Parts: sequence; C-alpha cells; structure tokens
Amino acid sequence: MTATTSRLARPLKPRRILDSKTEPINGHKGVPLGDGSQLLSMRMAICQALHEEMTRDGTIVVMGEEVAEYNGAYKVTKGLLADFGPKRVIDTPITESGFTGLAVGAAMQGLRPVIEYMSWNFSMVAFDQIISNASKMSYMTGGMFSIPLVMRGPNGAGPRVSSQHSHAMEAIYAHFPGLIVVSPSTPYDAKGLMKTALRQQNPVCFLENEMLYNAEQEIPLDEYLIPFGVGDLKREGTDCTIVAFSRSVIWAMEAAEELAKQGVSCEVVDPRTVKPLDVDLIVESVRKTNRCVVVEECYRTGGLGAEISALLMEHAFDDLDAPVERVTTTENPMPYAANLEHETLPKPHRIIAAVKKACYR
Amino acid sequence: MDASSVMLTVDPVAVANEIGRERLLAMYRRMHRIRRFEEQAELAYKARKIAGFLHLYIGQEAVATGFFDHLDLTRDTTVTSYRCHAQAILSDLPLTELMAELYGKVTGNVRGKGGSMHFFSKERGLLGGHGIVGGQIPVGTGAAFAAKYKGTGGVSVTFLGDGASPQGTFHESLNMAGLWNLPAIYIIENNQYGMGTACTRAVAVGDIAAAKAPGYGMESITYDGLDLFASWKAGQQAVAIARGNRPVLVEAKTYRYRGHSVSDLALYRTKEELERYKALDPIERVKVAMITAGWHDEKADEALYEAVCEEVAESIRFAEESPEPPMSELYRHVYAEATSR
Repeated sequence: MTATTSRLARPLKPRRILDSKTEPINGHKGVPLGDGSQLLSMRMAICQALHEEMTRDGTIVVMGEEVAEYNGAYKVTKGLLADFGPKRVIDTPITESGFTGLAVGAAMQGLRPVIEYMSWNFSMVAFDQIISNASKMSYMTGGMFSIPLVMRGPNGAGPRVSSQHSHAMEAIYAHFPGLIVVSPSTPYDAKGLMKTALRQQNPVCFLENEMLYNAEQEIPLDEYLIPFGVGDLKREGTDCTIVAFSRSVIWAMEAAEELAKQGVSCEVVDPRTVKPLDVDLIVESVRKTNRCVVVEECYRTGGLGAEISALLMEHAFDDLDAPVERVTTTENPMPYAANLEHETLPKPHRIIAAVKKACYR
Repeated sequence: MDASSVMLTVDPVAVANEIGRERLLAMYRRMHRIRRFEEQAELAYKARKIAGFLHLYIGQEAVATGFFDHLDLTRDTTVTSYRCHAQAILSDLPLTELMAELYGKVTGNVRGKGGSMHFFSKERGLLGGHGIVGGQIPVGTGAAFAAKYKGTGGVSVTFLGDGASPQGTFHESLNMAGLWNLPAIYIIENNQYGMGTACTRAVAVGDIAAAKAPGYGMESITYDGLDLFASWKAGQQAVAIARGNRPVLVEAKTYRYRGHSVSDLALYRTKEELERYKALDPIERVKVAMITAGWHDEKADEALYEAVCEEVAESIRFAEESPEPPMSELYRHVYAEATSR
C-alpha cells in the first residue's frame, strides 16, 4: 500500500475499448497492459476498489436498488453478487430512507455498509437519515459510536434527464459537519479514494458521475490509497487557476486546452474531496497565478464557488489580481431541451469566458 | 381505554407466579427508579437547571420495563425516540451519568453533547435516544440486520410512539423486516397523543399493530400497557418470535401523565381523563399485587422508596457538582477519532 503524493494527473483515455473486451467479465477486472498497469473505466475502478476491500473485510455489505442480480443500474457493482453472494450484496426495495437508516443501525453494530443511491437525486428521500443520524451520531454520542458508512452513486446531470434527475449534491452535503464528501474526476482517483473510504470510520458521500463512468485510464496494478483532503494538479499553468470537481474537471481541461491556443496558461486544481478540502493546494496555485475561476455543477447560491471565494479572501487576499469568478449550474431547474441544458451546465465555453474575464482579456 | 378485541388477555396472578417474587420486585424497583428520576428531573427543569426539551415517560413505565426483563443486553439492542430516559435506566446506566447529561455536564452519558433526547450505551446495546419522530425505526432495523448477519442470536427492539406510525420510515422499515425475516421487535407505545393531536385524529385505524402487521407479513401483539403483567407476557411472546428470526409488531395501549414535554400543559385533554388513567397507575398496581400475594409490605415499600429517592438525590448532587465540558470538547467527535479498525 502506498499513499499517493503525486499531484500530476494521469491522462484520461478517451477511447472506448473496454466495453467489448470486458462485457462477460466481472466489473472489477481491468485489462492488464503488461507494464504494471491496467486499463480501467471509472465504473470498473470503483468496482475494483469495492471488490478488493470486500475481500479483505468481511464486515462490508453492499446494498441498494438493483445492485445485486441486475448488477447495478450503471453496472458499478457488476459481478459482486457472483463473488460475494446474497448475504453481502443485497437488492433492497425502493426504500432510500429505510435502507439508509438500516445502514446506520448496522454500522453502529459493527458492519461497514456501502449503500448505492441509483442516483444521488434519490438521496433526498433519505436526507433525514443522512443528516440527523449518520452525520451527527459520532458527536451526539460523545464519540461512543461512529458510522463507517459509504453512500455512493452517480451525482450531477445525466444525459437529458431534466429537472428531478440532475442535481449536484456536493455543496448540500458538504454543508454539514460530520460528513466526508468525495467527488472524483478520474478512475485513478476514484479507486484510491474509495479504498480510503472503506477503511475509515466516518460517513462518506461518494459522489460519482454517470457521464464519467466510461472514462478510461491506465492505473497501477499495485494497491494504492489516496488520502482525503489531498488535491491533485490536473494541469500546470501560470495565468489562471481553475478549481473544478468531478465532471467539471473534464470541462475545465477542455477549456484550458482551448485557452492555451489563445495564449492563456491555466492551472487546473482538482481537490478530489470537497470535505475535507485541500485549501493549501488551491491557495498555493492562486499565489502563483493570482487569479481563480471555480467550476462546479452545484448552484451558485451557497455553492462551492462561494465557499472557495471566501477561503481565498481569507488566505490569499493580497495575492488576488482579480475577483474570483464562479462558473456554476445556472439558477434554474435542469431543462430537457438540448440547447437549454447545454447552457445550464458549466460547459467549456462558459469557463473560457470566465477565465478571460478574470484575466481582463 | 376502549376495550379491544385484539387485546392480549393475561391472568395477573398466574403471570406473577411465572415471574417470581425476586424478579417482580426487581422490575417494581426499576419502575420506581424511572419515575423518581424523572420527577426530580422535572423539578430541576422548572428550577432551570435543565434546559431544552424534557419528554417524560411517567405513566408508561410498565411498557419498557416488561420488555427489558426478557432481553440479554450483551447481544440484544434497543433504540427509541426522544422519550428515552426509561430505556437508559433499564439498560442499567448509572443515574449519575444520566442526570449529569440532563445538566449538560462533561460527566454526562454523552459528555454533555446530547441532553435529554440522546442517551446511548455501546456496552448495553442502547442505540439512542433519537430526536426526529420515526427516525430511529430504520436504525433498529439495521441492528436486527447486523445481529442476523453476524449470527449473534440477538434481537433488536425498536420503541416508537403512536405519532411515529404514520411516518414513512415506519412503513419502509417494517417492509424490510418482513421481507428479510429480521429478528426485530417494533413496539408502538400508544400513549394516545402525538404531541397534542389525539391518535384518533392522526392514524386511520384504531388498533394500529393489529391492522398494520399483516401488511408486512408479521404477527402482532396488542396489550394493556398500563399493566406490567401484560407487558411482561407480551415481551416474552415478542422476544420468542424475534429469536426465531421473525419480526413482530407490538402495540402497548398506554398513557403519559405529563404533557408531550415539560413545556406542554396538555390543554387538549380533560382533567377527568387524566385522573381516570392515574387510577390505573402501573406502579401502584404492581405494589398492590405484590402485597396481596404476600411478597411485599408497606414497610418494605417505604424502605425501597427511600432508597430510590436517595439514589436519585445522589445523581442530582453528582450533576450539580460536575464540571461543564471544556472548550476542547466543542469540535471533538464531529468526526470519529479512530481512522481505521
């Protein structure tokens, strides 16, 4: 086990070669590349982390809607039932509040449940159990009980699924003390962070993204863990810092690519965990670039951009040469129409405009 | 209380003989400890030594007492609502740490971080003390799930009020317990009011357990919750069902003498109604039964009463003298201190 300290991103592979090669195989088995690495998609990376940790820890149970016999609505839990059986991989009824609370009670009694929300949108049905029970249990019992619970599933906008299936929950859950909020953008990060989540004692909101499940990356065959609160530089640059999370990192990278052609050098900071947040890495980058754009799929009001802007005021006020810009989901429920959806999300064209504004160009 | 055709019928003398003198006397003493503790807590609240909410169990003592007598707290678990003092006392937690918690002292049960609604014990399987109506029902279901997963043979007892039965968590939990044959006991302590709203104005059926249990494929038991003998018998039956990995829904028809919380004057009910129930007092009934059986007398009762009062007084002294939490406690335990296990 090595905790990664490298802040350089491994390049994402846009090719789609895995589906055909791995369809009959368990979801956790990547394609060995012969150089100590393997090719994994995001969904396989998460599945591999679950599989490895379930193998070493018999208290881990995976439950949720369609996670077992159906192999997961998005196939993230593919093959787990076959390898670990129905005692540990459990299809639940459609009962988010019920199975979340059940997981809290089971965690209090020595199990380590992993629950899947088919979409984080449905976690709102379980909100009371997540907040009133999971997040507060350690504190309100004076440390007597802890809740080693991983809540996971796709977060953020799916493809054209409109108002009720497109929420991004980072800011909402990060608001509450007691929760850890993870929002990875790459398979490498997702695997290392999931393994960390499965070895600690606090409730974790593990926010995946449906649109990234097919993203492929070469990652090591050797075991590694990524600690919470350690961000990653996805691209180095000198003119402007872009802080982004999850799918927004992909858009930020695209924007940075285009901006480079126009002579603007962007540094892309991926904090990887929203809570705890790697404030040092963000501040360090802004001290270098003196400008910052925050990109997120949450709404603007009370969002991550608001939080990071305030943190920069506190920690890097004298280093800023321009106001911090925020590129967020616009303040409307997600529309179905393709053109409106496109404009609602923090896509590269909006990031490019924000960077130019921050750079007075 | 309305006569109900589904009510468990018990012969108090026969049940008393089954329980036996020592065990019955022990339960009687526990009921006294619950009531005397709460009476003093109420006084301390009125003297502004205790703040926040204070939901009293006075009148309902027979319900939890009868059930706890059948539990093995090395493997069984309990969980309840914010009306949790009785369950903590029946879990054998020292009255000193419970009173200190009400006083918000660092020597309290949860270091002064929970107050009246959040009593817990890891050693004795008390999973709270929960402040959101119905929020504890899935937690108790999870404890039953864990007991079955680990094969401990333990059962999970979830206490809830009549006011929690319309919550979605009730339906969701009982469905899972029935579906997966969990060793779970759910006890609706029907004290007839959800805060100030009569149960008849909030729940569509009269006999909640009898009406709803079949919908989850489980058995039900309904009994007179003011009668310790009925409660003990109901507990015996319920625990036997749950030990066989089957869930059961229980309804105890009971009554609380005080308002929903100490600040509630209970103007939604008549004095006559309250007096009618006080005449059926669960503690007094046990006393009479024991004296009639020749197992107890007034002199011994006085001694028991005095001893319990002294124990409660000691808890007050302890709470008064204990220090408040140091400021180092403010951020402590927001996250668990152990990072792995």
